[in-house]
Amino acid sequence: MNSLYAWTAIGLIILASTAGDILLSHAMKRVGDVGELWKHRGILAVVSRVMTTPTFAVGLMAMGIAFYSLLFGLSWGNLSLVVPASASLTFVANAVAARIFLHEQVGRRRWIAALLVACGVVLMAV
Amino acid sequence: MERRASRPSSTKPGGDARRSTIKHETTAVTFRKYLVLAGITVFSTAGDSLLARGMKDLGGISLHHPSGLLLAILNPWVTAGILSLLTFFACYMSALSWADLTYVLPATSLSYVLVALVGHFRLHEEISPARWLGIALIAAGVGFVAAGPSLTSSRQPRNSPDAAPNTLSQEAKL
Repeated sequence: MNSLYAWTAIGLIILASTAGDILLSHAMKRVGDVGELWKHRGILAVVSRVMTTPTFAVGLMAMGIAFYSLLFGLSWGNLSLVVPASASLTFVANAVAARIFLHEQVGRRRWIAALLVACGVVLMAV
Repeated sequence: MERRASRPSSTKPGGDARRSTIKHETTAVTFRKYLVLAGITVFSTAGDSLLARGMKDLGGISLHHPSGLLLAILNPWVTAGILSLLTFFACYMSALSWADLTYVLPATSLSYVLVALVGHFRLHEEISPARWLGIALIAAGVGFVAAGPSLTSSRQPRNSPDAAPNTLSQEAKL
Protein backbone atom coordinates (compact mmCIF):
# COMPACT_ATOMS: atom_id res chain seq x y z
CA MET A 1 0.00 0.00 0.00
CA ASN A 2 2.84 2.32 0.88
CA SER A 3 4.46 1.83 -2.48
CA LEU A 4 1.17 2.51 -4.25
CA TYR A 5 0.90 5.86 -2.48
CA ALA A 6 4.55 6.61 -3.18
CA TRP A 7 4.25 5.84 -6.90
CA THR A 8 1.00 7.80 -7.14
CA ALA A 9 2.81 10.73 -5.63
CA ILE A 10 5.69 10.25 -8.08
CA GLY A 11 3.21 10.28 -10.96
CA LEU A 12 1.67 13.48 -9.61
CA ILE A 13 5.08 15.09 -9.23
CA ILE A 14 5.95 14.27 -12.83
CA LEU A 15 2.65 15.58 -14.18
CA ALA A 16 2.63 18.75 -12.11
CA SER A 17 6.26 19.72 -12.59
CA THR A 18 6.12 19.00 -16.33
CA ALA A 19 2.99 21.13 -16.62
CA GLY A 20 4.61 23.84 -14.52
CA ASP A 21 7.79 23.88 -16.60
CA ILE A 22 5.85 24.00 -19.86
CA LEU A 23 3.64 26.83 -18.62
CA LEU A 24 6.55 28.83 -17.21
CA SER A 25 8.54 28.38 -20.40
CA HIS A 26 5.56 29.52 -22.45
CA ALA A 27 5.06 32.53 -20.17
CA MET A 28 8.69 33.58 -20.39
CA LYS A 29 8.71 33.25 -24.17
CA ARG A 30 5.72 35.58 -24.14
CA VAL A 31 7.62 38.09 -22.03
CA GLY A 32 10.53 37.92 -24.43
CA ASP A 33 14.26 38.11 -23.95
CA VAL A 34 14.62 39.34 -20.40
CA GLY A 35 18.15 40.65 -20.88
CA GLU A 36 17.12 42.88 -23.75
CA LEU A 37 13.99 44.08 -21.98
CA TRP A 38 15.99 44.95 -18.90
CA LYS A 39 18.54 46.88 -20.91
CA HIS A 40 15.99 48.92 -22.82
CA ARG A 41 13.13 49.37 -20.35
CA GLY A 42 14.53 48.69 -16.88
CA ILE A 43 13.90 46.09 -14.20
CA LEU A 44 10.40 47.33 -13.30
CA ALA A 45 9.21 46.73 -16.84
CA VAL A 46 10.56 43.19 -16.62
CA VAL A 47 8.82 42.46 -13.32
CA SER A 48 5.49 43.96 -14.40
CA ARG A 49 5.61 42.14 -17.73
CA VAL A 50 6.26 38.83 -16.00
CA MET A 51 3.54 39.34 -13.38
CA THR A 52 0.89 40.21 -15.94
CA THR A 53 1.45 37.10 -18.02
CA PRO A 54 -1.40 34.76 -17.08
CA THR A 55 0.43 31.52 -17.82
CA PHE A 56 3.10 32.57 -15.33
CA ALA A 57 0.68 32.43 -12.40
CA VAL A 58 -0.74 29.09 -13.54
CA GLY A 59 2.79 27.74 -13.99
CA LEU A 60 3.70 28.77 -10.45
CA MET A 61 0.60 27.05 -9.11
CA ALA A 62 1.54 23.87 -10.95
CA MET A 63 5.01 24.04 -9.39
CA GLY A 64 3.34 24.45 -6.00
CA ILE A 65 1.29 21.31 -6.59
CA ALA A 66 4.47 19.50 -7.60
CA PHE A 67 6.18 20.60 -4.41
CA TYR A 68 3.36 19.42 -2.17
CA SER A 69 3.18 16.14 -4.08
CA LEU A 70 6.89 15.75 -3.32
CA LEU A 71 6.21 16.26 0.39
CA PHE A 72 3.36 13.76 0.21
CA GLY A 73 5.53 11.23 -1.62
CA LEU A 74 8.36 11.63 0.87
CA SER A 75 5.99 10.91 3.73
CA TRP A 76 5.16 7.51 2.19
CA GLY A 77 8.30 6.50 0.30
CA ASN A 78 12.06 6.58 0.69
CA LEU A 79 13.96 9.67 -0.36
CA SER A 80 16.27 7.50 -2.44
CA LEU A 81 13.27 6.27 -4.40
CA VAL A 82 11.10 9.34 -4.78
CA VAL A 83 13.62 11.98 -5.82
CA PRO A 84 15.57 10.03 -8.47
CA ALA A 85 12.45 8.44 -9.93
CA SER A 86 10.58 11.71 -10.22
CA ALA A 87 13.58 13.74 -11.35
CA SER A 88 14.69 11.39 -14.09
CA LEU A 89 11.23 10.61 -15.41
CA THR A 90 10.40 14.32 -15.35
CA PHE A 91 13.35 14.89 -17.68
CA VAL A 92 11.96 12.55 -20.27
CA ALA A 93 8.39 13.77 -19.76
CA ASN A 94 9.57 17.35 -20.26
CA ALA A 95 11.23 16.44 -23.54
CA VAL A 96 8.02 14.84 -24.83
CA ALA A 97 5.77 17.63 -23.59
CA ALA A 98 8.04 20.35 -24.97
CA ARG A 99 7.91 18.68 -28.35
CA ILE A 100 4.10 18.53 -28.28
CA PHE A 101 3.15 21.80 -26.58
CA LEU A 102 6.03 24.18 -27.15
CA HIS A 103 6.96 23.00 -30.65
CA GLU A 104 10.60 22.76 -29.72
CA GLN A 105 12.56 20.62 -32.10
CA VAL A 106 13.85 17.90 -29.84
CA GLY A 107 16.51 16.48 -32.13
CA ARG A 108 18.49 13.34 -31.51
CA ARG A 109 21.08 15.37 -29.61
CA ARG A 110 18.54 16.44 -26.98
CA TRP A 111 16.90 13.03 -26.67
CA ILE A 112 20.31 11.47 -26.04
CA ALA A 113 21.16 14.20 -23.54
CA ALA A 114 17.84 13.70 -21.71
CA LEU A 115 18.39 9.93 -21.55
CA LEU A 116 21.99 10.33 -20.37
CA VAL A 117 20.97 12.65 -17.58
CA ALA A 118 18.01 10.47 -16.61
CA CYS A 119 20.19 7.36 -16.36
CA GLY A 120 22.82 9.34 -14.49
CA VAL A 121 20.30 10.53 -11.93
CA VAL A 122 19.05 6.98 -11.35
CA LEU A 123 22.62 5.72 -10.89
CA MET A 124 23.26 8.49 -8.36
CA ALA A 125 20.66 6.92 -6.13
CA VAL A 126 22.20 3.46 -6.15
CA MET B 1 -2.35 42.50 -27.61
CA GLU B 2 -0.13 45.54 -27.46
CA ARG B 3 1.40 46.65 -30.74
CA ARG B 4 5.11 47.09 -30.86
CA ALA B 5 6.91 48.92 -33.65
CA SER B 6 9.29 46.48 -35.28
CA ARG B 7 12.89 47.45 -35.10
CA PRO B 8 14.98 46.62 -38.16
CA SER B 9 18.29 44.88 -37.50
CA SER B 10 20.97 47.36 -36.76
CA THR B 11 23.30 48.02 -39.64
CA LYS B 12 25.19 50.86 -38.01
CA PRO B 13 28.84 49.88 -37.84
CA GLY B 14 29.63 51.74 -34.62
CA GLY B 15 26.39 50.71 -32.98
CA ASP B 16 25.36 51.82 -29.54
CA ALA B 17 25.77 50.15 -26.15
CA ARG B 18 24.73 46.82 -27.69
CA ARG B 19 28.05 46.52 -29.50
CA SER B 20 29.92 43.46 -28.48
CA THR B 21 27.28 41.35 -26.74
CA ILE B 22 24.80 40.95 -29.57
CA LYS B 23 25.40 38.16 -32.02
CA HIS B 24 23.31 38.30 -35.16
CA GLU B 25 22.43 34.62 -35.01
CA THR B 26 20.45 34.69 -31.80
CA THR B 27 20.55 30.93 -31.28
CA ALA B 28 24.22 31.23 -30.32
CA VAL B 29 24.80 31.34 -26.58
CA THR B 30 26.82 34.39 -25.62
CA PHE B 31 29.11 34.63 -22.63
CA ARG B 32 26.46 36.48 -20.63
CA LYS B 33 24.03 33.66 -21.30
CA TYR B 34 26.56 31.06 -20.19
CA LEU B 35 26.80 33.04 -16.96
CA VAL B 36 23.04 32.77 -16.49
CA LEU B 37 23.15 29.00 -17.09
CA ALA B 38 26.04 28.70 -14.63
CA GLY B 39 24.05 30.81 -12.17
CA ILE B 40 21.12 28.41 -12.37
CA THR B 41 23.39 25.47 -11.55
CA VAL B 42 25.33 27.18 -8.78
CA PHE B 43 22.45 28.93 -7.02
CA SER B 44 20.19 25.88 -6.94
CA THR B 45 23.03 23.81 -5.45
CA ALA B 46 23.94 26.53 -2.96
CA GLY B 47 20.32 27.15 -2.03
CA ASP B 48 19.57 23.49 -1.36
CA SER B 49 22.81 23.02 0.60
CA LEU B 50 22.20 26.14 2.71
CA LEU B 51 18.62 25.11 3.42
CA ALA B 52 19.77 21.64 4.45
CA ARG B 53 22.44 23.11 6.75
CA GLY B 54 19.95 25.46 8.36
CA MET B 55 17.24 22.86 8.86
CA LYS B 56 19.80 20.49 10.48
CA ASP B 57 20.48 23.19 13.07
CA LEU B 58 16.82 23.36 13.94
CA GLY B 59 16.27 19.62 14.17
CA GLY B 60 13.03 17.90 13.33
CA ILE B 61 9.98 20.17 13.30
CA SER B 62 7.49 18.75 15.78
CA LEU B 63 3.91 18.52 14.58
CA HIS B 64 2.80 19.86 17.95
CA HIS B 65 4.66 23.11 17.34
CA PRO B 66 4.29 23.83 13.64
CA SER B 67 5.13 27.47 14.32
CA GLY B 68 8.70 26.21 14.37
CA LEU B 69 8.45 26.11 10.62
CA LEU B 70 7.68 29.81 10.44
CA LEU B 71 10.52 30.67 12.78
CA ALA B 72 12.82 28.54 10.62
CA ILE B 73 13.14 31.29 8.05
CA LEU B 74 14.83 33.45 10.65
CA ASN B 75 17.75 31.05 10.80
CA PRO B 76 20.62 32.73 8.89
CA TRP B 77 21.47 29.59 6.90
CA VAL B 78 17.85 29.21 5.85
CA THR B 79 17.59 32.89 4.93
CA ALA B 80 20.72 32.60 2.82
CA GLY B 81 19.28 29.47 1.23
CA ILE B 82 16.01 31.21 0.37
CA LEU B 83 17.86 34.18 -1.15
CA SER B 84 19.98 31.81 -3.16
CA LEU B 85 16.93 29.92 -4.42
CA LEU B 86 15.22 33.20 -5.36
CA THR B 87 18.29 34.11 -7.41
CA PHE B 88 18.18 30.66 -8.99
CA PHE B 89 14.54 31.18 -9.91
CA ALA B 90 15.26 34.58 -11.49
CA CYS B 91 18.10 33.09 -13.55
CA TYR B 92 15.89 30.15 -14.54
CA MET B 93 13.08 32.42 -15.75
CA SER B 94 15.59 34.54 -17.63
CA ALA B 95 17.05 31.53 -19.39
CA LEU B 96 13.60 30.26 -20.35
CA SER B 97 12.93 33.58 -22.05
CA TRP B 98 15.67 33.01 -24.62
CA ALA B 99 16.20 29.26 -24.76
CA ASP B 100 14.19 26.08 -25.17
CA LEU B 101 13.11 24.19 -22.08
CA THR B 102 14.74 21.05 -23.43
CA TYR B 103 18.02 22.95 -23.66
CA VAL B 104 17.94 24.61 -20.24
CA LEU B 105 17.08 21.47 -18.29
CA PRO B 106 19.99 19.24 -19.34
CA ALA B 107 22.40 22.16 -19.55
CA THR B 108 21.82 22.95 -15.89
CA SER B 109 21.65 19.41 -14.54
CA LEU B 110 25.23 19.70 -13.32
CA SER B 111 23.60 20.68 -10.03
CA TYR B 112 22.94 16.98 -9.41
CA VAL B 113 26.68 16.41 -9.66
CA LEU B 114 27.56 19.44 -7.52
CA VAL B 115 25.20 18.43 -4.72
CA ALA B 116 26.81 14.98 -4.61
CA LEU B 117 30.29 16.52 -4.53
CA VAL B 118 29.28 18.92 -1.75
CA GLY B 119 28.04 15.94 0.23
CA HIS B 120 31.28 14.08 -0.46
CA PHE B 121 33.75 16.80 0.43
CA ARG B 122 31.91 18.59 3.21
CA LEU B 123 30.26 15.65 4.89
CA HIS B 124 32.74 12.93 3.86
CA GLU B 125 29.99 10.81 2.37
CA GLU B 126 31.14 7.86 0.33
CA ILE B 127 30.61 7.95 -3.44
CA SER B 128 30.26 4.44 -4.80
CA PRO B 129 31.50 3.50 -8.31
CA ALA B 130 27.91 3.42 -9.53
CA ARG B 131 27.45 6.95 -8.32
CA TRP B 132 30.63 8.12 -10.07
CA LEU B 133 29.30 6.53 -13.24
CA GLY B 134 26.05 8.43 -12.76
CA ILE B 135 28.05 11.64 -12.39
CA ALA B 136 29.94 10.88 -15.57
CA LEU B 137 26.71 10.22 -17.49
CA ILE B 138 25.16 13.47 -16.31
CA ALA B 139 28.28 15.40 -17.26
CA ALA B 140 28.23 13.78 -20.69
CA GLY B 141 24.58 14.69 -21.15
CA VAL B 142 25.25 18.27 -20.13
CA GLY B 143 28.17 18.68 -22.49
CA PHE B 144 26.24 17.08 -25.31
CA VAL B 145 23.28 19.41 -25.10
CA ALA B 146 25.13 22.59 -24.24
CA ALA B 147 27.10 22.34 -27.47
CA GLY B 148 23.95 22.41 -29.58
CA PRO B 149 21.54 25.21 -30.51
CA SER B 150 19.61 26.75 -27.68
CA LEU B 151 16.43 27.83 -29.42
CA THR B 152 14.63 25.75 -32.00
CA SER B 153 11.02 26.84 -31.79
CA SER B 154 10.15 28.84 -34.86
CA ARG B 155 9.88 32.30 -33.37
CA GLN B 156 12.67 34.63 -32.36
CA PRO B 157 12.28 35.83 -28.79
CA ARG B 158 10.35 39.07 -28.46
CA ASN B 159 12.46 42.17 -27.83
CA SER B 160 15.45 40.62 -29.54
CA PRO B 161 17.04 43.12 -31.92
CA ASP B 162 16.70 40.69 -34.81
CA ALA B 163 13.01 39.98 -34.27
CA ALA B 164 11.19 40.04 -37.59
CA PRO B 165 7.90 41.98 -37.85
CA ASN B 166 5.84 38.88 -38.54
CA THR B 167 6.55 37.48 -35.07
CA LEU B 168 3.75 39.74 -33.83
CA SER B 169 1.12 37.86 -35.81
CA GLN B 170 2.59 34.53 -34.70
CA GLU B 171 2.39 35.73 -31.10
CA ALA B 172 -1.30 36.51 -31.54
CA LYS B 173 -2.02 32.89 -32.47
CA LEU B 174 -1.09 31.76 -28.96
